[in-house]
Amino acid sequence: MCLGIPGRVEEIDGTIAKVRFGDLLRKTSLDLLGEDVSVGDYVIVHAGFALERIDEDEAHKTLQMLKEISDLEVS
Amino acid sequence: MKYLDEYRDPGLAESLAAKIWQVSTRKVSFMEFCGGHTVTIARYGIESLLPAQVRLLSGPGCPVCVTPMKLIDRMIALASQPEIIVTTYGDMLRVPGSSTSLAFERGRGADVRIIYSSYDALEIARNTPGRQVVFFGIGFETTAPATAAAVLKARELDLDNFSVVSAHKTTPAIIKALLDTEELELDGLICPGHVSVITGTAPYIYAAEKRGVACVISGFEPVDVLQSVLMLVEQVENVNAQVEIQYRRGVRPAGNEKARRMMDEVFRPADSNWRGIGVVEGSGLAIREEFSKWDALARFPVEVPETDEPTGCICGRILRGVASPSECALFGKSCTPATPVGACMVSSEGACQAHYRFGRTHLRTP
Repeated sequence: MCLGIPGRVEEIDGTIAKVRFGDLLRKTSLDLLGEDVSVGDYVIVHAGFALERIDEDEAHKTLQMLKEISDLEVS
Repeated sequence: MKYLDEYRDPGLAESLAAKIWQVSTRKVSFMEFCGGHTVTIARYGIESLLPAQVRLLSGPGCPVCVTPMKLIDRMIALASQPEIIVTTYGDMLRVPGSSTSLAFERGRGADVRIIYSSYDALEIARNTPGRQVVFFGIGFETTAPATAAAVLKARELDLDNFSVVSAHKTTPAIIKALLDTEELELDGLICPGHVSVITGTAPYIYAAEKRGVACVISGFEPVDVLQSVLMLVEQVENVNAQVEIQYRRGVRPAGNEKARRMMDEVFRPADSNWRGIGVVEGSGLAIREEFSKWDALARFPVEVPETDEPTGCICGRILRGVASPSECALFGKSCTPATPVGACMVSSEGACQAHYRFGRTHLRTP
């Protein structure tokens, strides 16, 4: 139920964006977003609403940390 | 797809599991609050990667499962009125009321429509001026802002043939209620990622600070969940219960304040009945008086008889984290996804259906 899917903002028209999920493009409302998003940003979408912009730096940091754990395990 | 595939990497999952084995020295029980996590854990066999002393329990975070039968009966009664179109998310259709379901009534001619977004219900109302569109809004803080947005939009458009039945529930009160019972002994909470996108860390402060329960807000991919389990094990081993965020790419500590403001404008906290658990003070969202024009229960009062849960069903104990589906005498026998008896078997995110479809078991021994 609380499913949220990451998608890429492809077009913005006022408070409506077209968001791409793989091959699927869906009309998505930006009404709940507290911050501006731009084309190319990724957002978490739930039931037709973007809930939050995905923080690319944080995503990168998490993956770095995971890779460090992985490298430690291998070595 | 970006932000999904990298969190499904088997190599990363293996090394996280190895690290958990290395760090874990004691028996712990962690509850995954959210039905979305229940599905990830079952689908990817997360438990088969963990030491047996790390036990995962399903919690009450499946909105379909905890919606009371009486409310389903009410929706069915509304759907039977010819002027009314009932709209809701697909998950709710098959949930059995006391004698039938919305899906069954739709088959008999009731106008029940599945929508993707609350705004779709508004569209139907605008395009069908002669009829009343009732939106059955369910879900936690993830979903409630979308319902609030639809009510605010209905006011802006002065739409008088749209209204909402709010079955929305909120996380802080139910977490407190579960932790305050003697029956549940919990070391950690895998906190719901998309609820927390809206709420931030606030709902879990009580668990960590007052009850000493480790809390990690988790994403929904298998690597996310394994990293969260590792973070929980580390908190327990270091006797340092706090609220941490694993799902940092999506969750800000303060959450989404705009969405919360919209939710607070339309809804007020109310006591709410949880199927299998009972009434929990302040754990639901009712439509505020000033929006009563869009409150379907105020506009179309329908009375339905009291309901009883099916005999033998232990959904209530499962939702409270004190029993697992395999302990139920009906599980996999008279209760299956094709012929569900209890709500936990109806929803694809219910503990029983996830258990039935994927199995949930520890394969390794320490």
